[in-house]
Amino acid sequence: MSATTIDPTQRRVPPLGGFNLTMLGIEMRRILRNRRAVIFTLIMPVILYLIIGTNSQYTGDKAGSGNVSAYILISMAAYGAVLATTSGGAMVATERALGWSRQLRLTPLSPIAYVMVKAIVALFLGLSSVLAVNIVGLLNGKAEMPTHVWIAAGVIAWLGSIVFGAFGLFVGYLLPSENVMQVLGPALAGLAALGGLWFPIKSDSVLGHISACTPIYGLANLARWPLYGGAPHLVWILNLLGWLIVFVAGAAWRMSKDTARV
Amino acid sequence: MSSSIPAVSLSGVTKHFGAVQAVRGIDLTIEPGEVVAFLGPNGAGKTSTIDMMLGLSEPTSGSAQILGLEPRDAIARGLVSAVMQTGGLLKDITVRETVAYTASLFVHTRDIDDVLAEAGITGIADRKVEKCSGGEQQRLRFAMALLSDPALLLLDEPTTGMDVEGRRTFWSAIRSDAQKGRTVLFATHYLEEADQYADRIVLISHGKVVADGSGSEIKSLASGRTVRATLNQPDTAALASLPGVDNVEVRGESVYVHAKDSDVVARYLLNETSARDLEITAQGLEEAFLNLTGDAT
Repeated sequence: MSATTIDPTQRRVPPLGGFNLTMLGIEMRRILRNRRAVIFTLIMPVILYLIIGTNSQYTGDKAGSGNVSAYILISMAAYGAVLATTSGGAMVATERALGWSRQLRLTPLSPIAYVMVKAIVALFLGLSSVLAVNIVGLLNGKAEMPTHVWIAAGVIAWLGSIVFGAFGLFVGYLLPSENVMQVLGPALAGLAALGGLWFPIKSDSVLGHISACTPIYGLANLARWPLYGGAPHLVWILNLLGWLIVFVAGAAWRMSKDTARV
Repeated sequence: MSSSIPAVSLSGVTKHFGAVQAVRGIDLTIEPGEVVAFLGPNGAGKTSTIDMMLGLSEPTSGSAQILGLEPRDAIARGLVSAVMQTGGLLKDITVRETVAYTASLFVHTRDIDDVLAEAGITGIADRKVEKCSGGEQQRLRFAMALLSDPALLLLDEPTTGMDVEGRRTFWSAIRSDAQKGRTVLFATHYLEEADQYADRIVLISHGKVVADGSGSEIKSLASGRTVRATLNQPDTAALASLPGVDNVEVRGESVYVHAKDSDVVARYLLNETSARDLEITAQGLEEAFLNLTGDAT
C-alpha cells in the first residue's frame, strides 16, 4: 500500500492496547537468552540447594511434615523466584534508560499492556526458577515432604515473589542503569539472609526482630508454612503486604516524577 | 478522502518547563505531501515542539492536531511515526526482531522484508542491535518508522551519525517517499540539509517561528542581496538613497551595494550609469540563519 492511499478514517486502533503474542514471544526469548539472568535465577538456586540442602545431616533431620532438605529446597525456590521477578521489574528501568520505553510510546502499545507483558515475563521466569529447583529436588530424592506441601510451597513462593517485581521496578527507577542487577544481586543476597532464607533465625532474638521487618521474611515464612501446617502468622502476611505497598508506592512515586526526556 | 485536513496543525502552542519557556507560541500548518525543515540552533525548541506533535508531552497552552486527530490518537492508528536522534533500541535482540516487535503493535503494517529492504538493512537482519554501527541503527529506526505506512513522518536530526554517502541515500529515500504523498517534517541544525532537501523551511529561534518559506525566500528575507558592478566614480549618495539599500561600498573599480531589493539597484545601475559586469549574489544560508535567529555576533 503506498502512501497516496492513506485515509486516516480507515486506520484502526489495535485491540488489547497492542498486546499480542509476537511481542510476548520476543520478550520471552530475550530473557532466556540473557545468560546472567539464566545463571542467577535458574542455575544458582539449584546449585545452592544441591550444595546445602542435600547434606546427609539435613536429610535425616525432620522439619514439620518433611525433612530439613525440603525446608532448604523451599527456601531456594523462593530465592530463585525473588531474583527472577526482581530482574523482571528492573528490566523496565533498563529499557527506560535505553530510551526503549519512549520508542514504545510512538506505537499504539498502551502502558497497561506493556506492564502486563513485563509482569507475565517476570512470572514466567519466576515459575521457571521454582520449577527448576523443585524438579532437581524431586529427581535428587533427598528432600522429603507430602505432595500437597511440594505444590503449595512452590505456588506460594512463585506468586508471593510478585512483590519483588515492584521492588525491581522501584530500585530500577532510583538507579536507572543497564547494570542495575549488579547492585540488586548482592542486595537480594543480603536481604535473603536477613529474611531467613540462608539459615534459620530465632524469632525471639534481636536479629529475629530485625529479620521480621525485612522484605523477604514474610515470603520465606509463608512459602515454608505448608511444611509446618497450622495457621500462618499474621506478621508474615503483614510483612509481605506492607512491603508490597512500600514498593508499589515507591515505584509509582518515581514514575510520576519521571518527566525527564530519556 | 481527507485532502483538506492539514497534516499538522499547531495553534498558539507553548511549552514551559518550570520557569523555562521552551516554546513561546507557535502557529504552524503543514499540508499533506510537504517536506518541511524545522531549522534552528540547539535549544531553539524544535524537539519540544516535535514532542508535542507526537503526544509525548502536552502543550502548556494551545493545541496540536495531527490529521485532524489528537496526537496520541494519530499514533494509535499508525498515522504518524518518528525517528528519534539516539537510543530507543533494545540491544539484545536482532534487527529483524526489533522490526517484528514494532510491527506486531500496529493493526496496519507493511511487509517486514519490504521495509528491511527499503531501509537497506536486509543484509544485517539477523545481527544483534548492539553489534550495529550508529548509521545502521539509524537505518533501523527509519525502518521502524516506515512500518505503519504513516501519513506523517517526523524526523529529529535524522542523519546524526551517518556518513556523507549514508546521508545522501537517506535523503533520496525520503524524497522519493514524499513524492508518494507522505508528509515529512525534519528537525535539523544543518543549514545545508534544510536548504537542499526541504520544500519549505520553518526557522525557529527561542521558541518562536522567525521565518517560514522556501530556502531562497528565507535567504532573501534575511538580508537581501549584494549587487556588484564595475563603475568609475560612482555616485554613492544616489545609490544609498535608492529604496531598500542599506550599504554602499567602493573597492577599487568596483562598487558593492547591499539591498533588500536588488532589482531596483540593478535597474538603476544599468539604466542610469555606465556600470558593467554586474553581479548579484545572495548571501549564504548560514549568514541568513545567524541574522534571523539573532545569534549573529
